[in-house]
Amino acid sequence: MVQIILFAPLLGALIAGFAWKIIGEKAAMWTATGLLFLSCLLSWIVFFTFDGETRIVEIMRWIESGSLSAYWGVRLDRLTAIMLIVVTTVSAFVHLYSFGYMAHDENFREGEESYRPRFFAYLSFFTFAMLMLVTANNLVQMFFGWEGVGVASYLLIGFYYRKPSANAAAIKAFVVNRVGDFGFYLGIATLFFLVDSTDFDVIFASGPELAETQINFLWQDWNAANLIAVLLFIGAMGKSAQLFLHTWLPDAMEGPTPVSALIHAATMVTAGVFLICRMSPLMEYAPEAMTFVTFMGATTAFFAATVGLVQNDIKRVIAYSTCSQLGYMFVAAGVGVYSAAMFHLLTHAFFKGLLFLGAGSVIHAMHHEQDMRNYGGLRKKIPYTFWAMMVGTLAITGVGVPLTQLGFAGFLSKDAIIESAWAGTNSAAGYAYWMLVIAAVMTAFYSWRLMFLTFFGTPRGDRHTHEQAHESPRIMLIPLVALAIGGIFSGMIWYKSFFGDHHEVERFFAIPHSEVHADDGHGAQTTAAHGEGAGATADGAEQGSSHDAMVEAHHVEGTTPEEHAQIAAEHHAPQSFGGIYIHPENNVLNDAHYAPKWVKLSPFIAMILGFGLAFLMYIRRTDLPAKVAELNWPLYNFLLNKWYFDELYDAIFVRPAKAIGRFLWKYGDGATIDGGINGLAMGIVPFFTRLAGRAQSGYIFHYAFAMVIGLVVLITWVAIRAGG
Amino acid sequence: MIAADISAVLPEIVLSVYAMGALLLAVYTRKDEVAQMLVWATSGMLVLVALWIALSVQDSRTAFNGMFIDDGYSRFAKVMILASAAAVLFMSQEYMERRGLLRFEYPILITLAVVGMMVMVSAGDLMALYMGLELQSLALYVVAALRRDSVKSTEAGLKYFVLGALGSGLLLYGASLTYGYAGTTQFAGIVTTATEGELSLGLLFGLVFLAAGLAFKVSAAPFHMWTPDVYEGSPTPVTAFFATAPKVAAMLLFGRLLHGAFGEAVADWQQIIAFLSVISMFVGGIAAIGQTNIKRLMAYSSIAHMGFALMGLAAGTALGVQAMLVYMAIYVTMNIGAFAFILSMERNGQPVTDIASLRMYSRRDPLRALAMLVLMFSLAGVPPLVGFFGKFYVLTAAVDAGLTWLAVAGVIASVIGAFYYLRIVYFMYFGEETEPLDGEVQPVLTVFLLASAGAMVLGVFNLFGIEAFAAAAAATLVQ
Repeated sequence: MVQIILFAPLLGALIAGFAWKIIGEKAAMWTATGLLFLSCLLSWIVFFTFDGETRIVEIMRWIESGSLSAYWGVRLDRLTAIMLIVVTTVSAFVHLYSFGYMAHDENFREGEESYRPRFFAYLSFFTFAMLMLVTANNLVQMFFGWEGVGVASYLLIGFYYRKPSANAAAIKAFVVNRVGDFGFYLGIATLFFLVDSTDFDVIFASGPELAETQINFLWQDWNAANLIAVLLFIGAMGKSAQLFLHTWLPDAMEGPTPVSALIHAATMVTAGVFLICRMSPLMEYAPEAMTFVTFMGATTAFFAATVGLVQNDIKRVIAYSTCSQLGYMFVAAGVGVYSAAMFHLLTHAFFKGLLFLGAGSVIHAMHHEQDMRNYGGLRKKIPYTFWAMMVGTLAITGVGVPLTQLGFAGFLSKDAIIESAWAGTNSAAGYAYWMLVIAAVMTAFYSWRLMFLTFFGTPRGDRHTHEQAHESPRIMLIPLVALAIGGIFSGMIWYKSFFGDHHEVERFFAIPHSEVHADDGHGAQTTAAHGEGAGATADGAEQGSSHDAMVEAHHVEGTTPEEHAQIAAEHHAPQSFGGIYIHPENNVLNDAHYAPKWVKLSPFIAMILGFGLAFLMYIRRTDLPAKVAELNWPLYNFLLNKWYFDELYDAIFVRPAKAIGRFLWKYGDGATIDGGINGLAMGIVPFFTRLAGRAQSGYIFHYAFAMVIGLVVLITWVAIRAGG
Repeated sequence: MIAADISAVLPEIVLSVYAMGALLLAVYTRKDEVAQMLVWATSGMLVLVALWIALSVQDSRTAFNGMFIDDGYSRFAKVMILASAAAVLFMSQEYMERRGLLRFEYPILITLAVVGMMVMVSAGDLMALYMGLELQSLALYVVAALRRDSVKSTEAGLKYFVLGALGSGLLLYGASLTYGYAGTTQFAGIVTTATEGELSLGLLFGLVFLAAGLAFKVSAAPFHMWTPDVYEGSPTPVTAFFATAPKVAAMLLFGRLLHGAFGEAVADWQQIIAFLSVISMFVGGIAAIGQTNIKRLMAYSSIAHMGFALMGLAAGTALGVQAMLVYMAIYVTMNIGAFAFILSMERNGQPVTDIASLRMYSRRDPLRALAMLVLMFSLAGVPPLVGFFGKFYVLTAAVDAGLTWLAVAGVIASVIGAFYYLRIVYFMYFGEETEPLDGEVQPVLTVFLLASAGAMVLGVFNLFGIEAFAAAAAATLVQ
């Protein structure tokens, strides 16, 4: 089954890309979409029937070189199952949505050029590469998928290849990602160097060992686990647009909006988060690196939110919002609550995909106008889109009933992250908590600002466009509805599995360490629970899903944390790994549940605050934003120009690189190499040619003279040699 | 005893008798009218003798008290000489006839020159060496001036004769010096006088003069000056002949002399040969760039190629000799093809030698243009054609012998030399057609051209097994 999930998109890509001339445009597009829906359906089946036990399906051997061995395969565990549904669902609906969105495109000559099958082929190819990434059982295949999505992203950002800005954005995305990928690649190489394998099982098992290893890198000794974790995180930073490597994401909005929804919101950009969660058995042994992850995530969440406050392009606002939400996920992973990161990844895929597709619908209705200052009062014109966007906004801002588990998707997942950050034990956790709360205020503010500017108030901008505004075709609305359902319910349905209930989480992800505890508890304690625990422990150790055993074990564990830590430390790492791994000493998930009420309330208060501010500024006192901006113009410009990151990079990297390039081109290549070779070929050699031509005078005495000279030279040489 | 001697030189005797018989026949019958028949007959004769020598499996033997050596090395050389001479003769018949040059002396002179060459490569004594050389040269002086009514042809013949006389003089002087210091003219005797790898100064001087004389024959710089003028002035078939068989003979004689007579003193002559080699490669490469006449260009090309062959000799090892033999075989094959093409270059029935007349030749005759392209690439040494392997062989030999600097120089020179080969290709495939060449081409020439080009492509698999023969031949020379 997983093979079909994996290769259906590839087949779709090939058919849409190469066979559309034979079967026709429409057929090609439907084939690609149909195959993806098939893939999506099977993914959900896999997700619901998955029993928690990691399965590895080997498909084909790939590389066999020395001790490096890699095969194409599928590692099917909870993490993969989650990613499968996220990727295929969003992708399937984006395919469907694209029928409407790409129906007419003024960037191409209608009737003369065929661009739709190509677009679908790229989308399907992206999906295939993404599936390769998430199903990989070794780092090499993962890297293949990693680069594959990079290529697809490049192709799709630059899809409007006649627009110079789109081409520039595509190149920028590619180049910036290269920086991250270099880190990722170094990480893979370091791992291979140290453990001599790229297989996950081997790498996971070597976590404790790596934590004890020192490695010399860049003239300095590092802890191996920390070094690898940081290198891998640099790769994740590139893909997931974290601070310093984020600059490509806003520009990537040059691509068609369905692309933004699929690649730059729901799937590809979350690959970094996925990588960190996937490598959790390693990350757990790299506390310093995790502190770094937490810090970077929190900073990105804050930074992106501030920039999002003042952007005017509807897609850019959502892009910065994505950047910010990714920061949340990294904080969750950084403090060790991987399940919360994955939870937010899942819900975010739904509501951010929804927001983007909604934005696409608005843009479609407004004839590709993207500036929110030219929107206004669209509520009546495009009601379905309005409600879809409303759901998305409610979800992202985290609307729900405080202290219960009732609310939109973002309410549950974001609160989970904020609580985890509060409970986090590493030194950046406190900082992260406050950053995230402040970011939550801003999230609410910019999300509502977007809603108010777009759908409320009076129509602004070109009146003709507003009169012509029309609701999108049904084919674009179906995906909105589907994702809206996800945006409302996904949080409530899976809250327990991902975050709410410690034991449920461990069962869901098949986290192995609880089994170890069951053993420990049994050996160290002689409580009333003993008999039951011992009996169930055997089951638990074997199957990893015996609920009773967990309850007992945790009961024991909770009572004597110090002793438990001690015993756990003596234990070796488990040999089989579930979806994620949590170190026995990592209790953040548990602690998060016992966070004080004010902590649990804080994101809600933040949300209310942001909403109130937005309501005040964009509904009540519409003159206020301009005044505020005028009063704080340095701050406003600072934010409007995205903290001047692009300018800074331009000055630090781009221009010197160009200067070096120009220097090497003009002087290195042009003057030295070309000049040298050309000089030789056009100056010196012809000179000798002329000389030889002149010597070839035709006079016999000249020729005889040359012979005699030659003879004299030889004789002299021989005589000197013999004499000396 | 005498019977054994006679049987060793039987091929040479047969050819000589044939040549004299043919002369008598022609003089007493209808002179030039039998010339055509004589050309066919001579070609056939040469091929037959070549087959005879090739198929006679014998050990090394000497005749006439060591004056004449019949070994694997000489047999390899003779087959090459005979085959190439036959090919060139066969190709030239129609060309000569059409220009009224087909005199009956032509095939006879060629036969005598070939006999001379066969004696050269079998020489085991300085006297035999000189005799063969002069027999060859005298015949060649005459063929060079075959077109008596043409100033250029006569000039070529005369220049060749005068300079050849100078070359012979140098050679003789060297021979007498060698005799004076070694006390013998036999190679086997001379070789024993080198004690502990050192030659006496007198012998060294003798060696230098001998080398200079032979360098003239192989047209190695700086004794090459006659080559372009003679190549240009002679009728094209004669030029083709000059470029092939005599070069093989002289080069292999060079090898015979160096290894047979001075084999114990490699270090003494290695640098002389290396010097000749490097100068030839560069002069051949650089001077050819300025040429517009394809015959002159081929003259410089052969100078450069001789430089490469000398590189194999300079190595002073069996591998070097083997490389030289392989190189010469490839060189001869390529040149036959190239001259088959040049012979066909005509406009309104008149021979054309201007390179520019090849402009856009590919449009007129794509197949022949392609074949020429293959040959030019092969001459330039572009992989994967056979010409590359020839160069690769000698470069390997030079590096193995510790002459890395020479190998590097050879590579640089071949890069420079690639220019003019590629320019011919460029003319054939690009640019504007100006005055087109005649489309009509004799089938014989096309066959030779295609066969040669085909060999350059197909030979990459195993060089037609020539390596093994060359290795065996080299082994008989260098013990």
